[in-house]
Amino acid sequence: MTGTLLRIEGLTKAYPGVVANDDVSFDIAEKEIHALLGENGAGKSTLVKMIYGLVKPDSGTMTWRAEPFTPADPRAARAAGVGMVFQHFSLFNALNVAENVALGMENPPPMRDLAARIRDVSETYGLPLDPFRTVGDLSAGERQRVEIIRCLLQDPKLLIMDEPTSVLTPQEVEILFETLRKLRAEGTSILYISHKLEEIRALCDAATILRLGKNVGTCVPSDTTARDMAEMMVGGTLQTPTRTARDDGDVVLDVTGLSLKPANPFGTTLKNLHFTVRAGEILGLGGVAGNGQDELLAALSGEALTEKNAIKVRGESIGHLGPNARRARGILAAPEERLGHAAAPDMDLSENALLTGAIRKSLTSRGFVNWPAARDFADEIISAFDVRTPGHHVAARALSGGNLQKFVIGREILQDPDVLVVNQPTWGVDASAAADIRQALLDLAARGTAILCISQDLDELMEISDRFGALNEGRLSDIRPVSELSIEEVGLMMGGAHGMEVAHIHEEEQEAGA
Amino acid sequence: MDLSAINPVLLIASLMVAATPLLLASVGELVVERSGVLNLGVEGMMITGAICGFAISVETGSPFTGFLAAMGGGALLSLLFAFLTQFALANQVASGLALTLFGLGLSALMGQGYVGIKPPATPRLDIPLLSDIPVLGRILFSHDLVLYFGIALTAVVWVLLKYTRVGLILRAVGENHDAAHALGFSVVGVRVVAIMFGGACAGLGGAYISLIRVPQWTEGMTAGIGWIALALVVFASWKPWRVLLGAYLFGGISVLQLNLQAAGIAIPVEYLAMSPYIVTILVLVSLSADKSRAPASLGRIFHASQ
Repeated sequence: MTGTLLRIEGLTKAYPGVVANDDVSFDIAEKEIHALLGENGAGKSTLVKMIYGLVKPDSGTMTWRAEPFTPADPRAARAAGVGMVFQHFSLFNALNVAENVALGMENPPPMRDLAARIRDVSETYGLPLDPFRTVGDLSAGERQRVEIIRCLLQDPKLLIMDEPTSVLTPQEVEILFETLRKLRAEGTSILYISHKLEEIRALCDAATILRLGKNVGTCVPSDTTARDMAEMMVGGTLQTPTRTARDDGDVVLDVTGLSLKPANPFGTTLKNLHFTVRAGEILGLGGVAGNGQDELLAALSGEALTEKNAIKVRGESIGHLGPNARRARGILAAPEERLGHAAAPDMDLSENALLTGAIRKSLTSRGFVNWPAARDFADEIISAFDVRTPGHHVAARALSGGNLQKFVIGREILQDPDVLVVNQPTWGVDASAAADIRQALLDLAARGTAILCISQDLDELMEISDRFGALNEGRLSDIRPVSELSIEEVGLMMGGAHGMEVAHIHEEEQEAGA
Repeated sequence: MDLSAINPVLLIASLMVAATPLLLASVGELVVERSGVLNLGVEGMMITGAICGFAISVETGSPFTGFLAAMGGGALLSLLFAFLTQFALANQVASGLALTLFGLGLSALMGQGYVGIKPPATPRLDIPLLSDIPVLGRILFSHDLVLYFGIALTAVVWVLLKYTRVGLILRAVGENHDAAHALGFSVVGVRVVAIMFGGACAGLGGAYISLIRVPQWTEGMTAGIGWIALALVVFASWKPWRVLLGAYLFGGISVLQLNLQAAGIAIPVEYLAMSPYIVTILVLVSLSADKSRAPASLGRIFHASQ
């Protein structure tokens, strides 16, 4: 039987100042993996929150197996058979796996039985998990397993997955897909949200594409090229960043035997890292989140001090210097977290421009701030990087993710760094802004800056970096030229499958790739 | 100096009495903080409970009714805090401090006609045979019911937090309120109930001071016990049995140093007076060296956006 499981008709939801969903309609069939595609801010998350009962639509109807479906809260949605794996994990770090699972169930069995069931289900679907481990100690991939198992124990008819692969290595993605196909074979429909087009082409039976809250088309992913889908998503043609060939420069950044204890209890210890970056080169460092990226950025920016000789720039030891001393020497950094780390949310753009630009742009003298110069610097960033904002008096918090990211990256680039360290430069940024930022990094490298780009987006690293290395549990893999690498090799460098195995409900299934 | 004047049996019995107000207030605050709310108004709720309990028991002649009124008074005052922080989304630190100041003023006003009055005596447990056992009978079986209630409450809170679904939900709300909301739990509902529980406990602790420990009414008679309760919860790593240990330790040293003063020991009074604070802090700090940490959402404002 291939009837319709969930029919969505004319769903509309408006928030003050923005229509998140505007008259969206589509059907999810039984036993179907249905992709929901769209850029950040296209309204995907709001739509699934309405299906999961977290948000009430302003108008429109949902029909579940020919019955009206109006979940008042997530419990009602779960009772009807909807399960959801969240993009930002809805887990409790201080509780153990079994407690986390129990919280997502209406009538959980006693802990002992629950632990046994978790073991059963996790082994059936190839997602090994110890029910009594504390979630805060788990890797990102393992946390996702907790979420998936929490859903599977409820026997869902529709499983919603919000960007599930952003935290996984390529091998883990393959195993997850195997699990999802297995679920489909058993009769579960899956609503799969992503903006990774190749994944959708490999996995999904149908796709609905959202842009600015509207349904702009449906397609069969396996018959549509990734480029066509991308252009439906952005509603225009996409520009691919271009790079210019250049000669090898001198070694600018030289990291030797860098080790660092993390500042927070759930952080990662950096273990004896060695690498160099030459002038005009982009070194890309990949790896699943939480494998030492934040700590490496802190060590290079000067937020965390290290042994003096561990970091050298143009032969000078700087490991013991703080951020301002490093900025004076031309070493700049743009951390991952935009609000609260790269920018102060409630301060306006000229104040934020001043915060890192004061030294290199001489925006202060004798302890007094030169406000006109700071405002000019902010305006310069805004115009050079096409930051869409009414002006430099706007608080950083009020900018969209993509615009603030352009501002934060632009602020460092315009200070003419010798070394620039960026972490997740295009995280949560729409495709056209991401392309702009990548182009800006390539241009900066062409002018002779040594760039270290830390990212979890492998496509991005393959596109812009000259050499690639991967962080795995605080260790760095060998660093190799990107032109020689295949995606499988990249996956192995990132630490392979982290102990996952392919679901083995049917014995004839092939073995795991790693 | 005459140390033989100190009777160990009476000492232990009176340390349990001295510790009970602190224990009650701390256990209540522990539940509040495990739900992710930092209520600095413990002192204000205690003193309000102290006068409510005192006034009602004087008017009715029944200490039992007085204790109920104290719990009601504390809970009612905490409801003000709940409204400010959970619905008006006010800052929890500022609201808690305001609650303490408000409670001190309100209790002084309410207590105007009650200065110098003696409240009705609270009956002590008197079990034939058990209460007559030498030493143990005096220490274990000859107290008022509220003291036993405090110990039982510690056990109940421990079981509730560790083994029940209600406790799991409470801890989940305190750990990550966004995730708890996403799973469909009522974050505000859980927190309001927890805040009222904390208020009732603080009120009961306050009434224990005005009805049993002292027993009379004077302005500001809680004398900082509410602040000690707040510190105790932190140093006890948010664990009920450690709160009990800390409260008894604090009560014990307080009583001991009073006895030492009375015995005329040759240590300046100031050092003796500060000793309960120092010893309690030192012991609990060394205990809390393990991995336990504050509830991750403690003190953060929850707003169910989108």
